[in-house]
Amino acid sequence: MISLTIDGKTLQVAPGTTVLEAALANGIDIPRLCYHPELAPSGGCRLCLVEVEGRPNPQPSCGLLCADGMVVHTQSERLTALRREIIDLFISDHPLRCVICDKNGHCDLQRYAYQYGIAESSYDVEYSRPLYQDDNPFFIRDHQYCILCSRCVRMCDEIVGANAIEISGRGFTSHVATPFDGPMVDSTCVFCGNCVQVCPTAALMPAMRIGKGREWEMQRVRTVCGYCGVGCALEYAVKDNAIVYAQGYPSAPVNGEFLCVKGRFGWDFASHPDRLTRPLVRRSLLADMGIEVAASDDGATVPSAKAGKRGLVLSDAADFVPVSWDTALDIVATKLADIAKAEGPDAVAGLASARCTNEENYLFQKLMRATIGTNNVDHCARLCHASSVSGLGMAFGSGAMTNPIRDIRGADCILITGSNTAESHPVIGYEVVRAAKKGANVVIIDPRRIPLVDHATLFLQPKPGTDIYVFFALAHVILREGWADQDFIAARTEGFDAFAESVKTVTPEVAALASGVPAELIEQAARVYALGERARAADPSAPSGNSHRPQTERGHSTILYAMGITQRRNGTELVMTLANLAMLCGQVGKPSTGVNPLRGQSNVQGACDMGALPNFLPGYQLVNDETKRKTVAQGWGLADLPTQPGLTVVELMYAALEKRVRAMFVMGENPMLSDPNLSHVEAALRALDFLVVQDIFLSETAQLADVVLPAASSLEKDGTVTNTERRVQLLHPVLPAPGEALPDWRILCAIGERLEAKLRPDAKGLIQWNYPETAAIMEEMASVTPIYGGMRHNRLEGAGLTWPCPTLDHPGTPILHTKGFSRGLGKFHAIAIQEPAEQPDAEYPLTLTTGRILYHYHTGTMTRRSEPLAWRESRAYAEISAEDAATAGIRDGGPVVITSRRGQVRAQARVSERVQPGTLFLSFHWKEAPANALTQDFALDPVAKIPEFKVCAVRIESPKAASHEKASARAKEPALAS
Amino acid sequence: MTTTIRVGTSTCGLAAGAEAVYSAIDAYLHRRQQTIELQRTGCLGACHREPLVEVITDSGATLYGPVTPERVRPILDQHFGPAARTIAPDWVVSRRADKADYPFLGRQVKVTTPLCGVIDPASLDDYLAHNGYQAIRQTLGMSPDAVIQIIKDSHLRGRGGAGFPAGLKWEITRKQPGALKYIICNADEGDPGAFMDRTMIEGDPHRLIEGMLIAAWAIGATKGYIYVRAEYPLAVKALRRAIQQAHEYGVLGKNILGSGLDFDIAIKEGAGAFVCGEETALMHSIEGLRGMPSMRPPYPSEHGLWGYPTNINNVETYASAPAILLNGPTWFANLGTPKSGGTKAFALTGAIKNSGLVEVPIGMTLREMIFDLGGGCKGGRPFKAVQLGGPSGGCIPAELIDTHIDYEDLKATGAIMGSGGMVVVDDTTCMVDFARYFLTFTQSESCGKCVPCRVGTRKMLGILTHITRGEATTRDIDKLLDLCQTVSTTSLCGLGQTAPNPVLTTLRYFKDEYMAHVEDQRCPAGVCPLHGMADDAAKMDEAAAQVEVAI
Repeated sequence: MISLTIDGKTLQVAPGTTVLEAALANGIDIPRLCYHPELAPSGGCRLCLVEVEGRPNPQPSCGLLCADGMVVHTQSERLTALRREIIDLFISDHPLRCVICDKNGHCDLQRYAYQYGIAESSYDVEYSRPLYQDDNPFFIRDHQYCILCSRCVRMCDEIVGANAIEISGRGFTSHVATPFDGPMVDSTCVFCGNCVQVCPTAALMPAMRIGKGREWEMQRVRTVCGYCGVGCALEYAVKDNAIVYAQGYPSAPVNGEFLCVKGRFGWDFASHPDRLTRPLVRRSLLADMGIEVAASDDGATVPSAKAGKRGLVLSDAADFVPVSWDTALDIVATKLADIAKAEGPDAVAGLASARCTNEENYLFQKLMRATIGTNNVDHCARLCHASSVSGLGMAFGSGAMTNPIRDIRGADCILITGSNTAESHPVIGYEVVRAAKKGANVVIIDPRRIPLVDHATLFLQPKPGTDIYVFFALAHVILREGWADQDFIAARTEGFDAFAESVKTVTPEVAALASGVPAELIEQAARVYALGERARAADPSAPSGNSHRPQTERGHSTILYAMGITQRRNGTELVMTLANLAMLCGQVGKPSTGVNPLRGQSNVQGACDMGALPNFLPGYQLVNDETKRKTVAQGWGLADLPTQPGLTVVELMYAALEKRVRAMFVMGENPMLSDPNLSHVEAALRALDFLVVQDIFLSETAQLADVVLPAASSLEKDGTVTNTERRVQLLHPVLPAPGEALPDWRILCAIGERLEAKLRPDAKGLIQWNYPETAAIMEEMASVTPIYGGMRHNRLEGAGLTWPCPTLDHPGTPILHTKGFSRGLGKFHAIAIQEPAEQPDAEYPLTLTTGRILYHYHTGTMTRRSEPLAWRESRAYAEISAEDAATAGIRDGGPVVITSRRGQVRAQARVSERVQPGTLFLSFHWKEAPANALTQDFALDPVAKIPEFKVCAVRIESPKAASHEKASARAKEPALAS
Repeated sequence: MTTTIRVGTSTCGLAAGAEAVYSAIDAYLHRRQQTIELQRTGCLGACHREPLVEVITDSGATLYGPVTPERVRPILDQHFGPAARTIAPDWVVSRRADKADYPFLGRQVKVTTPLCGVIDPASLDDYLAHNGYQAIRQTLGMSPDAVIQIIKDSHLRGRGGAGFPAGLKWEITRKQPGALKYIICNADEGDPGAFMDRTMIEGDPHRLIEGMLIAAWAIGATKGYIYVRAEYPLAVKALRRAIQQAHEYGVLGKNILGSGLDFDIAIKEGAGAFVCGEETALMHSIEGLRGMPSMRPPYPSEHGLWGYPTNINNVETYASAPAILLNGPTWFANLGTPKSGGTKAFALTGAIKNSGLVEVPIGMTLREMIFDLGGGCKGGRPFKAVQLGGPSGGCIPAELIDTHIDYEDLKATGAIMGSGGMVVVDDTTCMVDFARYFLTFTQSESCGKCVPCRVGTRKMLGILTHITRGEATTRDIDKLLDLCQTVSTTSLCGLGQTAPNPVLTTLRYFKDEYMAHVEDQRCPAGVCPLHGMADDAAKMDEAAAQVEVAI
C-alpha cells in the first residue's frame, strides 16, 4: 500500500491508484470534465489539476499516480484562479442557452460554472462549430455544446470498439467527427448510445428526449432490460406514464452504465398501437361453445389482424372477437380441462417463455405438472442452449456459464466460437473489446467473419460444420506440445485417457484438410489458449520470436460460445468438446476462465432454472429422480407428480400432427417464426384442437390461436429474471400495462384456479394459486428449488444474487467448480466426429447459416415495432459472398430467392466479406423472409433434442430464374412459397 | 589525388537552381573530356550562397557560390580552361580547404555535419571512406553499459530542445524490463524556419543510422523508427536508400557484424502536424492513431510505442554518437561548456546576411553567431532581436547579444535552446506582429485536446490581433499576461506550455512597442494596420485564414 496526504487527510491506497481516484474514493471532490472512471484518463480538460508539494506546476490528478509520501492539495487560491480561467475559456466557446437546454440540471459544465461563479466569458465569445446534426433517430449531435472532452471518442474506442468517431481537424476548429464527416449511418457506429451516456454536456442527446421536458420533471425507474440474456440493468426516465429516454447507471452489476442499441433505444415497442389490450377469442369457437358475447365486448378493433404484407399471410387472423377476461379464462380452463380429461393430461402441452419472469415460468410449469399433470412443458431454450444444459451438465454437473461476465475483462486469452458476441450480446462484446485493448489474445473460431474479428489476434474460419475438427486438433496440439495441465487433469477429472486417444489422429493437418483452417493457425491458437498467453505488441512489423513479454505462469483463458455450437445435431458433443479443452488446460474453476454459454433471451436461464423443461423440475431436479420429485410434489401439496419426461419443442410439433397432443398453451413464444421447418410447425399448430397464446402482440403464432390473452411486457411488471451468468435480478414496473393487459403471473393464477376447480373440484385450495404478489411466488419456488433456496425479493435489490444460493445467508456463487465440479470430478468425454446432417449437393449447393443481427431480436415482435431500430434495419437481407452472387447473377442490394428442401424465401442480397464462398447467412427476425422456412428439423441432437438450425443446404437464384423454374416444376413447389 | 567537383544538390541547392548548374558542369566536362569526378553532395551549410560548387584539386579547394549555369564556364576555366578568365571576386566563397577565410564556415565545428557537402549522400562508399560505420564496430565490442557511460561522460544532451541528458535517457530505457524495446528518431522538424534535420539527413544519412545503431546496442532495442516529415521528400529518399545500403552492407538486419545484435529501422512519414514532434503524439502517429499527446508520466522510456520501453531522440542527438565513440567522451565534452558537451546546429535565418546551417560549440555567444558568422543583418540594418526555438521559444533582444548559447543561459532570458531554429529580426519587424505570427501558427497547430491550448491560444491570438489593430486597452495586456500564465501552466503538452513564450518574451523586452499600439495607436515599425485601416485589417484576416488553410 501507498501512503499519501490529500488535503491534510492521510490515505492508504493500492499501487497504481491515481490521485483523483484516491480523492474521490475518500470523499474529496475534484472538478473534472473529461475524466470517466471506466475510460483511460485523457487529461484534456485540465480542471482536475492539483498542487503537489515539491512540484512547481499543478498536475492533472486524473493521470497522476499516487506515490509514497506525496502531499497533495486539491484546493488553493492558485488552483481556483486557474480553474476559473479554464471554465472561462470553455464558456467562451459554449452557448449559454441553459434556459432552453435539455441538459439543464444535468450538465457538468453548468455545474462547474455555477460552482466557480462564472456567469459569462470574459473573452471574446466565438463558436468553433455551430452545427446541429440529426442524421439518425437514435441521437443528435449538437456540436456547439461540445467541449471536446473526448469521452465519446474514448468510449467508442476503448469500450465499444466501434471506432466510429475521432477528433478531426486541428486547432480551435478541432471537432468530433465520423470519417470524412459523413452521416453516422455510413460510419462503423453501432448506435449503442454509450457516447450519449458519457457526454457531460448537451452535445450528444437521445433524439427522442429533445423537447420532452426538464430533467427534474422525470421519475427514474431502474429495471432489467428485456432483450438478450446479458441482463443489463438500466434506468428509465419517465414522465406522464411515458418513457422519455433510457440510460445506464454506474452501479449496474453486469453492465455498469453501458448498454447496447436495443436496450438504450429499443423500448418504444411497449407503447406501440399493436399491443394486445383485450383477450381475443375466435368467433367460430364462441359459436361452437354457445357463448354469446355481450354487445360491449364486440366491435373493438383487433390490432394487427391484417397481418403481413408478404410472407406468412394467415388469412384467418381477422376472425377474433374481443371478450372479457372472465369469458376468455373460462374458455381456456374449460377447453384444457376437457381435453385433459378426455385424452389424458399428456394431450396437453405448454410452451413457457424465456422472456417472462422466473415467477411466471415457475407457475407455468407448476400449472402443467401439478394442476394438469403432464411434463409436456418446454420452451425455446430447447432451440438454443439445450445442448449446453446437457453437455456441460454431463461434463461438469452444471449447464450454465461457469464464470461471471465481468471476469472476461481480466482474461489473458478469450476463445470465442459460434458466438457473434458483438451483435447478439453486445455488452459482453464490450468486455471482450476491453480485454483485447489491454493485450488479451482474442481467438475467434467462426465460419463468418463476425465484427469482433476486428479485435481478434487469431481468426480461424472453418467451413460451416467442420469446427469440430479444429477443436480436436487444438486438443491434439496441446497434448503433443505438453501444454496440458497434468496436475489439474489428475486431481480433478476422469475419463482423460479415452479422450486423449480420441484426438490422437486429428492432427492440425487433418483438421486443416477438413475445415480449411491453416494448420499453423490451429497451432498458434492452441498455444495461446492452453497457456493463457497475452498478445504480442500491436506493431505489425514487430520482430517475432522475442516479442512476447515474459510470462512465467499459465495465464487465464476463457471460452465464450453460443448457438454456433449448440444448434447442431451433435450440439451436446460439441459442448463437451469445449469442456474437454478447458479441463485439459486447467482453464476452469478460476477467475477469468471457464466455459461460458452466452444465453440469448432475458430470462432463458431462469426459465430453464424454473423447470420449464420436460425432464427437469425446478432447479434441474430430474423428473425421474423419485426422491426429488416427491419432495417437490409435497411442496405443492401433492403426493407425486407425473414421472415420465415430457416432449420437447420439436417432438411436440410432431405429436400434435399425430394428434397425440391436442391442446397447447403458448406463453410469450413465437414458434411460427422461431422453430425449424415452419411449414411443418404451421401444420402442427393447425392440427391442434385448442391453442391458447398469451403474448404482448398478435404474433404469427397468436394469429393461429383459438384464444389470445394480452400480457404485460417486462416493462410493466415486477418479478425476477436470471441472466446468462446465473445472476437473479429484480424487475420494477416502469409503465402501466396497456388496456386490460395483465402480468403473465396473474393470468396463470387465474387459469390455475379455474382449472383446479374443474379438474379437482373436491380438493379446492390443495394447490396454491392465490399469491398476493410475486415475492410470495419466489418464496414458494425457493422452498422447492435448492439452487434458489436462499433467494428472496428483499435480498435481490441492487446487485442481485448468483445461484447456487441455497440458504438465506449464502452470498451466491459467481464462479462455479472452484474446488470440485458440481458432479464431483470433471468428466472428459471421448467423442466421435460428426458432420452436419444436411450437406450441400448439386441441387442445393450452398450452406445456409442463421443467426441474429444487432438491431433485431428474435422474431422481431418487439424490435420491428421500435421506430429507431426498424429505421436502422428495415428489411430482410442475406449475406452472400461476391463469388456466389456473381455465379447466381445476383447483385448487391438486389433480390435473392433462397430455396431449401423445405421452403423458399425472398430477401435482399448483401454481398459481404463476412461469409465465405459457399455460405449464406440469413437472420431469423423476418416474417417476410422467415429463415426457418428453410431450416431442417429431421436431425436432432440425440440428447438435447435441439434441431440443427445452423447448417442446412440451400440454393440461391434471382427472382426471375426462380419464377421460371417454378412454372416448369410446379409439382415440387415448397409449401411456404412467398 | 584526383580532381573533384562537388555540387550541393540538397533541397536548398536545388531550390536555387543547382540542377541546371550540375548539368552545365557535366556538359563542360563532357566537352573537355576531362577525367574529373563530378559529385553531388549535400549542403555545406552556406545556403545563402547556393548553388555552391567546390573544386578540389591537388593545389587546394575553392568554393564558389552562387553559381549559375552562365558562371560555370568562367569558373571552371579557372582550373581547367586553356585560358583563365577573370571572374568576379564575389563568386568565390572560400579558397581554403578549412574555409578559414570565410568565417561563416570556418568558425563552425562540425561534429554531426562534417560530411554534409563533402560526400555523396547516395554513396555508402563515400561514408565508409570517412570512417563510416567504424564507430558501430567499436561499439559492438563494448558492453552496452560501457557505451552508455561514454555517452554520459560526453555530456551529450538531447538536441530536440529540452536538453535531457542523453546517456541518462538511454540508461533508463535500458533498465526497463522486457525483451522488446524501441528507439525512435524524431525527425519531424516542424518549427517554421528550421532545417537542421533536413540538412543532416540529406547530406549524410548513414551517420544517423550509425547513431541509432549505437543507441540500439546500448539500450537493447531491436527496432527503430525514423519519424520524418513527408514534406522532406529528398530526406525520405536518402534515408530509404541508406537503409537499403545498410542492409546490404550488413549493419542492419539480423546478427549485425556477428555481434548478435538484431536491429532494423522503419521510416514513418509524418502527415504535416506540428504537434507530432511532441514525443507522445509522435508515437500515437506511428501506432496509426491521431497524433495527440498523452499525459506524462509515464514517459516513453517506461511506456512508449505500443506500450513498450522506447527511447526517443532527435536526429542531431543520434548523429552526435558516432563521433563521440570514435573520438572519446572527453573530446566531445570539451567542445562545449562544463554542463553541456559538444556542438549544436542552428538554422540561421530571417533578416540575416549569411543564412544557412551552422554547427558551433555550445557556449558561443549570440554576438559571435550573428555578427561573426552571420555577418549581421541584411542590408546593414540594425539588429533588433533573435527568436530561438521557433514558436515554442522566445526572443532575445539586442541588449542581451552577449548571452552564451547554452541551455541554462538561454533559459534565463526567457527563450530556450530549442531544436535549433534561429530567426533574426531587424528594425523593420513589429514585435507584436512577430508574436502574433507565432501564435497564429501554434493556435492553428493545437491538436485540440486540452482547452488552454485549443481555446487559450486562440484567445491570446485574439487579444494580439486587437492590439495590432489598435483596439486594445492596457487591461487587455494584463489579461494577455494572465492568460499566458494559465496556458503555460495548465497545458497538457509542450506545444501549449511553450506557446506563450513568444508573447511573454516580446512583452518582457518590447513592452514599449505593445504600449505604443495600445496607448498611441501607433506601430513603431510601421507594420500593423491600426485604427481606421479597416481594409488592411480585413486583408490580415484573409491572410490569416489562408495560413490556416495552408497549414
